[in-house]
Amino acid sequence: MSASAASSTTVDGGAPWRRADCEDFLVHEARLLDEAQFDAWLALFTPDAQYWVPSEPNQQTPHHTVSLIYDDRRLLETRVRRLASPRIYSQEPRSRTSRIVANVTLEESSPDYAIVRSKFMMIEFRRNEQRLFGGTCFHRLVRYDGALCIRLKRVDLVNCDAPLDGLVVPF
Amino acid sequence: MEQQPAHSIAQLVQPARVHRSLYTDPQIFELELKHIFGTAWIYVGHESQVRNVGDYFCTMLGRKAVIVVRDASGKLQVIHNQCAHRGAMVVASDKGHTDEFQCCYHGWTYHLDGRLKAIPLLHGYPADFNPKSGKTAMTQVARVMSYRGFIFVSEAADGPSLEEALNHMTTSIDDMVDRAPDGDIEVAGGTFRHVYNGNWKLYLENLCDAAHPWFTHRSSIDAAQQQKDDVLSDGSGEIAIRQMRQNGAPYSFWESQVGIWTYPNGHSYLGDYHDDSKLVAAMNDPVFRDYIGMLEAKKGKAEARRILEVSRWNSNVYPNLSFMSQFQQLRVIHPIAVNRTEVHTYCFKLRGAPERMFQNTISFANIVNGTGSLVLTDDLEIYNRIGIGLSSEGADWIEIGRGYQSDGPADHGGRQGKNSTSEIYIRNMFDAWLSYMTGTPASAALRQGAA
Repeated sequence: MSASAASSTTVDGGAPWRRADCEDFLVHEARLLDEAQFDAWLALFTPDAQYWVPSEPNQQTPHHTVSLIYDDRRLLETRVRRLASPRIYSQEPRSRTSRIVANVTLEESSPDYAIVRSKFMMIEFRRNEQRLFGGTCFHRLVRYDGALCIRLKRVDLVNCDAPLDGLVVPF
Repeated sequence: MEQQPAHSIAQLVQPARVHRSLYTDPQIFELELKHIFGTAWIYVGHESQVRNVGDYFCTMLGRKAVIVVRDASGKLQVIHNQCAHRGAMVVASDKGHTDEFQCCYHGWTYHLDGRLKAIPLLHGYPADFNPKSGKTAMTQVARVMSYRGFIFVSEAADGPSLEEALNHMTTSIDDMVDRAPDGDIEVAGGTFRHVYNGNWKLYLENLCDAAHPWFTHRSSIDAAQQQKDDVLSDGSGEIAIRQMRQNGAPYSFWESQVGIWTYPNGHSYLGDYHDDSKLVAAMNDPVFRDYIGMLEAKKGKAEARRILEVSRWNSNVYPNLSFMSQFQQLRVIHPIAVNRTEVHTYCFKLRGAPERMFQNTISFANIVNGTGSLVLTDDLEIYNRIGIGLSSEGADWIEIGRGYQSDGPADHGGRQGKNSTSEIYIRNMFDAWLSYMTGTPASAALRQGAA
């Protein structure tokens, strides 16, 4: 994964990273998204976070190739605020989603951070149509003020380069 | 399928309204593929995608799969992606480099211009089988022409040249290319492909629509206006948020400060609507100031100023192309079915411009063309809703009359809206539509103001 950006801003601990803790965290994150608790989801991210859904398999950087979604922290806040708008027409009616997170592995860890790889599947239902998304997630997790936080979330959709209708609910 | 007589087609297009069946009737869609996509100059790609002999990419010409390739003599060829033997798709990769095309079924092998090169078991074919005849070649599209690197094809063997068909829109293509300090641009940075369940015409009808952002994009305008600027951004979010805020300019601005111009054959462009000094004029951006220095060094101060003072937003080349010079964006519309459309978007890199400028191009693409964009997703919702709405038989006519009585003439044979929110560009497209569909010269009746 090309998580070349600077590491987390604060570190506490040095306690070893446990895969099961990471999995619990990812399941919690998926639940917040399914329940449309987007503010709570945003609160999982660090102040220097990035959220990235590449447009190409093995995309190296969000800066030289377009991305289905590439949000720095400022744009991620705007994205989440828009999701709460009563005039977000692309969410009228609202999507319902159901996600499964699986195959969680700890790919890399240091006292500062851990990189967690997982597989996900998400069903999205909206206006009588059901869409199925799936792929691989990479979370760069840090401990921030005593809690696990997301410094970078990368979502590689298996169909990232397919013709797609709009993507509004975050993966 | 029964052919619609021309006079009944003509009755569906009236001076300030059109019949909903133009967006919903599968028979009319078939006729559009034949008479518009089958005869007009259709944009297929850019020469930077096939710089070297043997470079190729695949695309669609209406429903027809074609290969765009630079042949052994360096000439551009566009050939149908079908084996002359049993009709199989020959090239299965989206793009690549090769010295010949070979069918995977029985090994028929073709030169890059589609002529048959070799054939296994030649002795087994009938005595009159001629491997040098056109019947054993992959079929070439009738005409291929490019203007400053922009490749168009026409399936009509005769007709106006590309430059005649483009008429004044050549200046919009000039505007795309002239901005490169080294005088050349290249496709780079990947593509978006988005789809909606609506008619292909809806897309260009939205791209010069100065009346919709304030309403359609309200959720992203509000969210961006409320965003604190002291939150960390690496530059990409900043560009996105500035663009969303710009969409929230008041109606008075959209009506009087933008400008909408139309030209024969359905073409049009919208003037620039930005007053954010970082977004387009960009005088507060050090990267843009570096760029101006490089442009001036290569072209001289006066020419650099002339180039930068062209302030167009979306330029639409009917029927399938829209591009925008200020952030080097291009969109290609692919009709799939009467109620299904695919749009492919591209970015261009300006040769000789600062590398960082291309990052801004990418950030801009993500917000205006991204499948997950906070802006485009509401446009896609609109196309889908029009698709649903027009499929209802509740009302037969749709209005395209805004500005109809105030439009006026413009230079270079064009017409312009007095008010920038005029739907003149939609009427202009239907003027061309009617001409293609009925085989009669454009009457300009739709473009004229009522007496």
